[in-house]
Amino acid sequence: MTNSTTTKIVSPQNVKDEWFRPKQKEQGRAESVVRPSLSYWKDAWRRLRKNKLAMVGLAFLIFLLFMAIFGPILSPYSVTATDYPNQNKAPSLAHWFGTDEAGRDVFTRTWYGARISLFVGVMAALIDFFIGIVYGGFSGYKGGRTDAIMMRIIEVLYGLPHLLVVILLMVVMGPSLTTIIVALTVTGWVGMARIVRGQVLQIKNYEFVTASKSFGAKTSRIIGKNLLPNTMGPIIVQMTLTVPGAIFAEAFLSFLGLGVAAPFASWGVMTNDALPVILSGHWWRLFFPAFFISLTMFAFNVLGDGLQDALDPKLRR
Amino acid sequence: MAKYIIKRFFMMIATILIIATLTFALMHTIPGSPFDDERTSNPTIQANLEKFYKLDEPMHIQYLYYLKSIVTFDFGPSIKKPNESVNELLARGFPISFELGMVTILVALLSGVTLGTFAALRHNGIIDYTAMTFAVVGISVPNFVLATLLIQQIAVNLEWLPPATWSSPLHMILPTLALATGPTAIIARLTRSSMLEVLTQDYIKMARAKGLSPVRIVVRHALRNALMPVVTIMGTMLAGILTGTFVIERIFAIPGMGKYFVESINNRDYPVIMGSTVFYSAFLVFMLFLVDIVYGFLDPRIKLHRKEGDA
Amino acid sequence: MNERKKKEKKIVSDEKVLQVNNLQVSFRTYGGEVEAVRGVNFDLYKGETLAIVGESGCGKSVTSNAIMGLIPQPPGIIKNGHILFKGKDLTKLTKGELRKIQGVDISMIFQDPMTALNPTLTIGEQLTEGLRTHKKIGKQEAKKRAIDMLKLVGIPNPEERLKQFPHQFSGGMRQRIVIAIALICDPELLIADEPTTALDVTIQAQILELFEEIQRKKKISIILITHDLGVVAKIADRIAVMYAGKIVEIGNKREIFYTPEHPYTRGLLNSVPRLDLEDEELQPIEGTPPDLFSPPKGCPFTARCDYAMEVCDHVYPFTNKLSEAHRVDCWLQDERAKVIKNSDRVG
Repeated sequence: MTNSTTTKIVSPQNVKDEWFRPKQKEQGRAESVVRPSLSYWKDAWRRLRKNKLAMVGLAFLIFLLFMAIFGPILSPYSVTATDYPNQNKAPSLAHWFGTDEAGRDVFTRTWYGARISLFVGVMAALIDFFIGIVYGGFSGYKGGRTDAIMMRIIEVLYGLPHLLVVILLMVVMGPSLTTIIVALTVTGWVGMARIVRGQVLQIKNYEFVTASKSFGAKTSRIIGKNLLPNTMGPIIVQMTLTVPGAIFAEAFLSFLGLGVAAPFASWGVMTNDALPVILSGHWWRLFFPAFFISLTMFAFNVLGDGLQDALDPKLRR
Repeated sequence: MAKYIIKRFFMMIATILIIATLTFALMHTIPGSPFDDERTSNPTIQANLEKFYKLDEPMHIQYLYYLKSIVTFDFGPSIKKPNESVNELLARGFPISFELGMVTILVALLSGVTLGTFAALRHNGIIDYTAMTFAVVGISVPNFVLATLLIQQIAVNLEWLPPATWSSPLHMILPTLALATGPTAIIARLTRSSMLEVLTQDYIKMARAKGLSPVRIVVRHALRNALMPVVTIMGTMLAGILTGTFVIERIFAIPGMGKYFVESINNRDYPVIMGSTVFYSAFLVFMLFLVDIVYGFLDPRIKLHRKEGDA
Repeated sequence: MNERKKKEKKIVSDEKVLQVNNLQVSFRTYGGEVEAVRGVNFDLYKGETLAIVGESGCGKSVTSNAIMGLIPQPPGIIKNGHILFKGKDLTKLTKGELRKIQGVDISMIFQDPMTALNPTLTIGEQLTEGLRTHKKIGKQEAKKRAIDMLKLVGIPNPEERLKQFPHQFSGGMRQRIVIAIALICDPELLIADEPTTALDVTIQAQILELFEEIQRKKKISIILITHDLGVVAKIADRIAVMYAGKIVEIGNKREIFYTPEHPYTRGLLNSVPRLDLEDEELQPIEGTPPDLFSPPKGCPFTARCDYAMEVCDHVYPFTNKLSEAHRVDCWLQDERAKVIKNSDRVG
């Protein structure tokens, strides 16, 4: 194809004549700007990693888990053994976090407390999760009357003052770790069930569910294979935020004298024991349990927030 | 609206009944009589006591007596302090706890909403970051830890404020601060996120397009809508604050209901535990009911919501 | 051929209400700067309706928001250009000065009437608050005016309706209320951003008729943002076609519909079903608009254009004036291209 003889140039010189040739159409050029698609979890992880605070929280929790497992083992002192000659010693090389009124090593007791807190928190979250998934999933999936009745029950349970019920249960069942976990989950699963149900309702009517239904898939299979993976985001966030709640409740109950009994240590017990000696300047008695319980709750909270941002499909662009 | 209130009212009664029954059932699953460990283990005295507390009657009769005591608001005498009735303890302790709770919720609401609103308006600015850092810390530090730290630092080391009791406004500052920080942080975060969402709504854009002043847009158009979620959590928050008063009162030696309650737990004084649990639950559930009604008035769509919820 | 309808002749004067010159608006995001509007020029005359059409994301809403002063800054920035409203440059005004124009001289109608009204305030308050802010008048007078406005937009029982909340109205009714709110201060310029998109077809027609009626009565100028060419055919006087942040073609309604020159305009028209040409196949425009994070330096439509030339990739085309109203930005208008285009077409 040849150029036309230049008759009138409407445009400035920099527009060359030979450019007026039809362009070779490149295949699929218009679509080439599509970004590489990442899987949901990879994408979420990528965004979580960008959240510095959440990563600090995660790192701290990993450290805490390590110390909870190995701290009491590594320490030369026992959690319960008393050593009256060495009572209320300030932090030193021998006792990094000092000792309490019975001469017990606060360092060892702090990590033992971490064990209890993490155990209570994670167990409570897991049990909540299982009950919540079953109840909420069933309610949301069935819908109709079943759902209405099941939700009425939840509404009434939601109105119960949880900590009061927990206290009542503790009084009746007697203080122990199992009691704490049972008491916490008896009231705690309601929130999870609500979230699961909401998620299930939202996703139930999606086309792919209708599609698998039309293939004759079983109810349980639809719930397990299609619904759950798509509802995990908010559920994981809820679990992450259940943990600090449970840790707080355990410490709160221990502080009231309803938790783990002495001589065993929990952060709540240690804080409570430190109360009478604040005036005498034994700051380490209060500082270490208070510091670690706050830091742990902080870590779970920021991690939960980070997960929420990372997993929320509404914010995905 | 009337239908909504009536429905909520019956929900409230149902919840209270459940709590009452639960309390009764739990208390009676404890093996033995509460007088077993009594120092005066004289069988006749014990029998008399059991008769006095109607423990010799069959279970269902006891339950009816119990329900009657709730309806007539007469929880009977304390076991450990026989010359005092549960009612007397409640009358003495509850007003103080109530005061502490109300001051706390007021402080938490005012500061939380203000903080959250400004954080949202200056989204990603310095105020936002400061407020949200405070909020995360506030949520993370348990109230009893904060209370102990406040006493240690401000009352004992610096001697700025009295460390205990509830005798003057000055005495109220530390307990209120310890109890209100958590709720403030929660409210601030909630207000911020809901405010941020409301600010992107079309009706806010429309209010801007009307040329209204920024103050009017925030106060009249945004705040009311943004506060809906805050109102929704007020009920559970109140429950948290009132149970929080238990430890705060213990730490600050405030003679409120929490003190008697914790005492009764440690002494296994069952009438007091039962009485105060039922009383507190009823109070909280009633507050929840009030919150629901307030919500109904704040949001004209409430009937629509219900319909959507049922469908 | 569609001139069956007899209606009052609309008066369009040659007084310019609005002049938009080389408007450039960007948004700073984490991913970089999005150039949403990249040099837009048009004038608007008193009493006319100018439709801005284009695919979503082409910058039509950003243009209207810029005129309305609703670009959130940050992240948005008006990088360049002027918006002259009756001689005043809106881009230079302070927020306070702008507020005296917003809702009074220029007002806006939003796409979705379900979300444009505040759910917690009564219709009456939402109608009168602008009026009471701008024109210092009493409650009773404002109420009277609100009732008149509701009558004008065709809402029965206006007095009782004032006390009601948005959720008590249907979608069509709500859009009428939104229109009443926009008109209550007697603006000279009305910006309607997709005013009928969220409505049922039958309601759409009613709302469009309301627009025409109001324009005849009040002689206001309307900028209509839409992607619905049916709406455009019904009420627009002039049409501007936007693509990737630029107006690629602008002209009278007849010029755009009967003699479109830009391949994109043609593609747009071919992708709409027409009753009069029953057997014709619909032709969607292949591909998607370019990413405005890094807009191409040449014509943004090149990648999707059947007539693309090498020049289109290199330089953005100059504006060609085809008639008093008709302008188009396309290299095919160049003398040098016409030869090839014709030979190409034969083959």
